[in-house]
Parts: sequence; C-alpha cells; structure tokens
Amino acid sequence: MSYLELLKLAAPEATVAVTALAVLAVGLIRWGETPSNRRSSAFCSAVAGLGLAAAVGAVVMLPQSATLFGGMLVITPLTSLFKIICLALAFFTVVLARTDLSSRNRGEYLALVLLATIGLMLLVGSEELLMIFIGLELTGLSLYVMTAFDKTDIRSAEAGLKYFLFGSTASAFTLFGLSLIYGMSGTTGLAVIAQKLSAQPISPLLFAGIVMTLVGFAFKIAAAPFHLWAPDAYQGAPVPSAAFIASGSKVASFVVLGKIVLVGFGPDKGSAAWHAMISGWAPVLAVLAALSILIGNLVALAQSNVRRLLAYSAVAHAGYTLLGLVAGGRDGFSATLFYTTVYAFTLVGAFGVVALVRRETGGDDLINFAGLRARSPLLAGCMSIFMLSLAGLPPLAGFFGKFYLFIAALRAGENHGLLWLVALALLGSLVSLYYYLIVLKVIFVDEPAQHETSLPRRNVGEGGDFLQRVSLSVPGPLVAHIIASLP
Amino acid sequence: MIAWTIYITFAGAVALLFLPRVLSRWVALATAAGGFAVSLAAFFNAVDVGTFKTIVRVPWVPILGMEYHLAVDGISLTLALVTSLTAVSAVLFSWDVDHRQNEFFFWLLVVVGGSYGVFLSADLFLLFVFYELVIVPKYFLIAIWGSTNKEYGAMKLTLYSFFGGALVFIGIIAAYVTAGSLNLHDLAEFPFTPQFQSWAFPVLFIGFAVLAGIWPLHTWAPTGHVAAPTAGSMLLAGIIMKLGSYGGLRVAMNLFPQGFQMWSGYIAVFAVIGILYAAAVALRQRDLKFVIGYSSVSHMGFVLLGLATANVLGVSGAVLQMFSHGVIAALLFAVAGRMIYRRTHTRDLDALSSMNLSRALPFAAFSFVIASAASMGIPGFSGFAAEITILIGAWKIYPIAVWITGAGMVLVAAFTLRALKRTFFDTVEDVKSVTSVTSLDRETFEPITLAEKLGAGLLMFATLAVGLYPKLLLDRIVPAVEAMRFLTK
Repeated sequence: MSYLELLKLAAPEATVAVTALAVLAVGLIRWGETPSNRRSSAFCSAVAGLGLAAAVGAVVMLPQSATLFGGMLVITPLTSLFKIICLALAFFTVVLARTDLSSRNRGEYLALVLLATIGLMLLVGSEELLMIFIGLELTGLSLYVMTAFDKTDIRSAEAGLKYFLFGSTASAFTLFGLSLIYGMSGTTGLAVIAQKLSAQPISPLLFAGIVMTLVGFAFKIAAAPFHLWAPDAYQGAPVPSAAFIASGSKVASFVVLGKIVLVGFGPDKGSAAWHAMISGWAPVLAVLAALSILIGNLVALAQSNVRRLLAYSAVAHAGYTLLGLVAGGRDGFSATLFYTTVYAFTLVGAFGVVALVRRETGGDDLINFAGLRARSPLLAGCMSIFMLSLAGLPPLAGFFGKFYLFIAALRAGENHGLLWLVALALLGSLVSLYYYLIVLKVIFVDEPAQHETSLPRRNVGEGGDFLQRVSLSVPGPLVAHIIASLP
Repeated sequence: MIAWTIYITFAGAVALLFLPRVLSRWVALATAAGGFAVSLAAFFNAVDVGTFKTIVRVPWVPILGMEYHLAVDGISLTLALVTSLTAVSAVLFSWDVDHRQNEFFFWLLVVVGGSYGVFLSADLFLLFVFYELVIVPKYFLIAIWGSTNKEYGAMKLTLYSFFGGALVFIGIIAAYVTAGSLNLHDLAEFPFTPQFQSWAFPVLFIGFAVLAGIWPLHTWAPTGHVAAPTAGSMLLAGIIMKLGSYGGLRVAMNLFPQGFQMWSGYIAVFAVIGILYAAAVALRQRDLKFVIGYSSVSHMGFVLLGLATANVLGVSGAVLQMFSHGVIAALLFAVAGRMIYRRTHTRDLDALSSMNLSRALPFAAFSFVIASAASMGIPGFSGFAAEITILIGAWKIYPIAVWITGAGMVLVAAFTLRALKRTFFDTVEDVKSVTSVTSLDRETFEPITLAEKLGAGLLMFATLAVGLYPKLLLDRIVPAVEAMRFLTK
C-alpha cells in the first residue's frame, strides 16, 4: 500500500480539506476598502462551492470498490453515493449561508462547514469503530461551533452550549459502548465483530455496550427521548447551521447507524414484532421510534415558531426512518436511506424558505409567514411542496419514502409483526398533517399583520431547490440507485 | 380515449397558474367542457363495458411494482361522466368568484382531475396517489373561499379524509406485501387467506367509507359542505363522496370477497342507521346547507346499503345512486349556495321564509323543486330509479332493512319538503311585511344569470334523462357489476 494509492482513494476527503484551508486563507485577504468585505465573502463562497464540486468529481473517479486498513476506509457504490449526497447537502448549506449570515467571518464559517463535511464523508465511508468515532467527533465539533456562530444573538450561544453539552455526553456514551464492544470482541472492524458476536450468546455486558452505542446515535439523529437539544439548536442556530445539522449530519448518522446495527450487531438483532419480542437491538430501536413519533408529532402541534416546529417534526421523522432499521435487511436499510435522503433535501429546502422569510421580515415565527403567498408566490409554492412532502402526501417524494418504509416494515416480521409500528407511524402522519397544514394556512389564507412593502425576490438557489423537489417527485431512479448500490 | 379527461384537466389547471386573470374562468370552463365532451363520447362509444379494460400501461417505479396503469369499465365510465358533469356545472356556478380567481379554478380542476384519476386507475398505488391528491385542494378551496366557520370545516374535512386515507394505506400495503403486486387485476385473482381478509377488508373499507360519509364517521360532511364555497360543496357531494364508495367497491370488496361476506351485514346496519339518523337530523336543521349536507349523508347511506347487498341489482343500484346523488346534490347546493345565499346573504330557514323567494327568484324556486322531487325519489327522476333498484336488491337478503328504510324515506320526504316550503313557499302572517319585502326584493336581488341557468339546466336534464331512461346507465353498469368477484350467486 503506497501513499499515492491512499491519496487516490481518499481524494474526495483530501479535496474538501484543501478547500477548507483555501477558504480560510481567502477569508483573510483584505480587498482594499470597506464594501469589498462583501466581495471577499462572495469569493469564499465561490471557492467553497468549486471545492465541493471538485470533490464530487473526485468521488465519481473513485474505483468501484476498495477496502483499506481493515475497513477504515471502504469504497463501495453505496458509500460513493452517500458521499455525493453529503457533498450536495454541504453545497446547499453554502448557498444558504450566502443569503443568511452577515458577511463577517464568512471564510471561517464556510471552513467549518467543509470540515464537518469531511467528518460526514468519513462516517459514511468507514466500517471500523475507531474511524467512525473520529468522524462523529469531527462532525460534532464543527457543528457545535457553527451553532454558536452568530455572536450577535444570545439564543445562538444558548443553542451552541446546549448542543455541545448534550453532544459531548452522548459521545461519551458512544465511546463507552464502543469500548465495551471492543472488549467483548477484541476488534474494531464491523465485519469481524459480527463474526465474533454470532459465536456467543447475548450477554448483559454486550447488551449494555449495544444500548450505549445506540444512545449516542439516538442523540445524533434526535430520536426521543434524546431529542431535547434539537428544538433549541434548530431555532437558535444560524439558519444554514440548523439546516446542515438537520440534513447532512442526520443522513450520515443514519448511514453509519445502519451499518453498525445491521453489519456489526447483525447477529443480535432480536425482534420487535408484536407479542413476539426477542431481546436485541431491534426492540430498543422500535421503542425509540415509537417514542419519537409520538412525542415529536404531539409537541409539534403546540409550536408557533416554524423552526421549532420543524425541529419537533424532525424528531418524528427520525422515528419513521428508524422503522426501516427495525425491519432490517437489505430492504429495510435501503428504505431508511431513501427516506432520510429525501427528508434531508426537503428540509434544506424548507430552511431555505425560512432563511429568506427571516431576512425579509426579521423573524421566523408563524406570524412572519402570514400572507407570504401575496409577497412571493414562488416561495409560497416551494414551501407548500416541502410541507406536503414532509406530511407524506402523494405524489411528492416524502410519500414514496413512507410507502417504501412501511412496506419494508410489514415484510420484515412474520405475520406482519411490525404492523403496530406502521399503524403508529400512520397515526403520527395524521397528526403531522395538521401542523403542516397550519403553516400552509398561514401562508395561503391569512393576511399579513402589517403590510410589507418588500417585493418578492427570487433566489437562484431556491429555484434550484424547487427543481430538485420536482425531480425527486419521480423518485424511481434514486430508489433504484440506492438498492443497486447496497451489497 | 377517456384517459384524456385526466390530461386535459391537469393541463388546464397548470395553464391557469400562468394565464392572466381575465381568461381564468373561460379556461376553466373550456377545460371542464373538454373533459365532459371526452367522457360523454367515451360513454356512448363504449364497447365491452363488462371488463375492466386496460387503456394505458407504463412502468413507473418498477422496483416497487408501481405502474401508471389506467383501465375502464362501465362503472368507471358512469362515474367519470358524473364527474365531468359536476365539474362543468361547478365552474358555471363559480362564475362570480372574483377573489384570487386563478387559484380557485386551479384547485377546483385539481380536484376534478384527481377524481378522474381515481375512477380510471387500475393500479392500487396510482389509485391511492390520485385519491390523496384531492385532499389538499379541498382544504384550500374551503379555507380560502368558504363561509361559516370555514377554517374549522376545512381542517376537519382534511383530517377525516387523511384518516380514511391512512386506513386505506395500511390495507394497500398489507395487500401488496402479501400478494406482491399492485395491479388490481392480479390482486383480484390472488387467493388471500380468509384470516387475512377478515381484518384487511374492514380496514380498507372503512378507510374508503369515511369519504362516502358512513355513519358514524360522517360528521365531516355536513360541516364541510356548509363551510365550502358553492362549487366546493358541489364537488364534495357530487364527486368526492363517490370516491369513497367507488374505492370501497372497486378495491375493498373486489379484492377481499370473503372478508366482505363476513362484514356485509354490519355495513348494511351502519347504512340503514346512516339513512335514518341523517334524515332525522336534517329535519331539525335551521341552516339550509346543513339540511342538504345531512341529506347527502342519508343518500349515501343508500349507496352503502346497495353495496352491502352483494347482488347484481343492489350493487348496480348503488352505482346508479352514485350518479344520481352526484347530480342532485350538486343542483341542491348550487341553488342554496349560489342562487340564494349569494343574493340574500343568509341561509337561515326562518329568515328565508320571510322573503317570499318563490316570487323574487322564480328560476331558483323551479330548480329547487325539481331537485327536491328528485331527492325525495319521485318517479321520473334519477333518484327514484336508483333507490328502487337498491331496495329491490336489498329485499332478497335484508327484508327488515328495506322496511326500515322505507320508513326512512318518509323522513327524507319530510325534511326535503320542509326545507322547500320554508325557503320558497312560506306565507307570513304579517301581510304588510310580505308586500314590502317582496317589492323590495324584486329590485334588490340581481336576476339569475345565464351561467347559472345553463349549469342548473344541465344538471336538471341529467337527472330527468336518467330518471326516464335509466337503461342508458344500467346497460353499462350491470355488465361491469356482473364481472365482479364478490357477488353471491
């Protein structure tokens, strides 16, 4: 194994890392007089965007499959696909950052986004516990700073602190869990762990290790009851940070969680079927899913701030997504991946609308959205598509995601054993339709409190997002791609 | 050919988003009329209406077995026809909408297009997509352009629909996971175990029946009808409620015949309760639209009773009743909402009874008399033809239900006549006030417009034509029903 070969295989990560450094450097350049500050920011964004595009190119150039250092860096069609998805989400975050933040320290902010992206790519592309933990931490640390980045807003600081405290505790749990697993199996490679675990019966110590690992990930994906940081982080953080936490971080976490439970802990799955529970990680995830669906949807009913509402709905969606993992198998995993991807893009779009509304009205409460239809039909149209897709109404992508998830869940157990979770999820969707419709009602039915004078502004990034959604409404190719890329 | 109803309607809807305001209602009318022409032509040119014949079949998401698959038989043709008929008259009765016109007609056409889609789908998933597609437009139609408690009515209606949709969704997924196909033909051939059918059938059927207004899940209907704008009520009563009964027939009953046999008795019981209960409630209402709303629930009870008979006569009657009720309810709502409410600004029966409307608005009175007669089941109108067919069908298995329903029809007549009398033909003791109001009203009420006359004329013609010559529809319905699997020989 020569270093040149390593560099080839790690080219996407390396590209992003170099871009991060370049963006930092560009951000320091003074361009003469004051207004040029803005030009410097724009230049930073351009460099970051180009770097991400180059990284996508590098991913495409990767070989079909390769494994390095016992699974530390794994390249399969699946990891490549999700690296591209993470890069795309990072790209949207960069676009969002253009519209939202004041232009101070743009370079630093974008560099953090890029570092977090490297973390996500490592998470996606590794089947080894140590590397996974490093990826988690790299992502986490960047996101903590990104959350607290708005120095003029006290809520941003609060959000950052909360996210950091909860996040570091969760990391500690994960690390402890991982070390127990290592102690039991004597290895950190997921495939080898699976072999070792299948040889021994499930012991209390092993179970403790599994549960602790899951706790850490439940925090990452904001599943109840480990979701308490999410509402504050989503509401207080700068919009692009919140969007990235809700999308990129979540997608990567689901990919790696799926790999850990399905590959690593595969032998100890157990069963979550009604009246036929067998201990293992599946019942644990099933309980997390059920709690998330219930708590997320019910609490979201009471929210008057759109970002907080999206946060609680994110909790609920984490619950739906877990259904696929509970079901397990190739079908379940691909359903989870498809759902989380669709969700991530939808949510980035929704946050994009929130960012624009916030810039024009100075807030993101429901009241600020009143009469958005009259001010900007395009934004209103986008938002309605995002909301209805989140609610899971056909023919939007969210509906296909749910359909696929539920099918996977019903197919999994003997005798439709997971029907209880599916029914609960559908009940949750019913509740969720109410609060999504409230958002749309405010946009389309209510009149604005005071007459805004601002003209409707069209944003290229938003237009792009809109097209994204329309194309996702016909999601056949994406499903096909995900299924094809699964082993 | 009939697939073009879907394309024309959605194309018209999309075009409305970009065309200037001036054109919007003409575009909407042209679109609806186009759909009407297509479905009429398809209806009369139909050959071999007994089989559910594929007309379009394109793979959609092959991995999950989804196809864009349309098919048509006599039942679909009949329901597409009533959809297009209601659509044209709904546009005509919305001629006076001037608040956010383009959007209004956009949502209206989406409802219509989605309904065509449901009636023509031969793929379970596609059917569900169209079925759910109709939900959100309803919400906006009511919440933006409605009256009386509109946001409550809209939300209630939407959540009920979505609840029904969720049950249907469970049934669809369960069927798909068990049989491995979404194609209605294949599913109908698949031998589902009786144990599976015993729970999948009620889940699916109740899910659909929510939209058909089955008692006790009917409460969305009166509130929704009252809150909706005139065209909204017409679509709700004329088309949307049919989506539910059609789904129950085409999907739940046809896929799970054994489950249906286990549960058909209960359906009949609920249907009869619905007929009586809604009629009794309608008798006590003071709001004219509430009267009509409950009458819709009562009439849909007949549809469910017809379906529950599981014989050719009863089920054919049920389909005929779907057509007939669509036309009659649309006409009743048009008179109440557009002709009366837009002019008098009240629907309160007491207030209306002092206005002596029969003299102020003679054409409205004429239309309402026709619609009431049809609604009560007077021979010569479509309502009679449909209900008598259902009752004959029901006589063979549920004679008691027929006796009770017969008594219920007296109630129907009672509340219809009461509404008719209070609205148009009440005499007020205070002679002075009568003359003054009458002379006043003659001047203040704008005359009935040509658009209204056209719309009402179309609907009246339909109910009379079918009433006098029901063979026209039955020739297409009966062969299709005979091909269904659930019939008891």
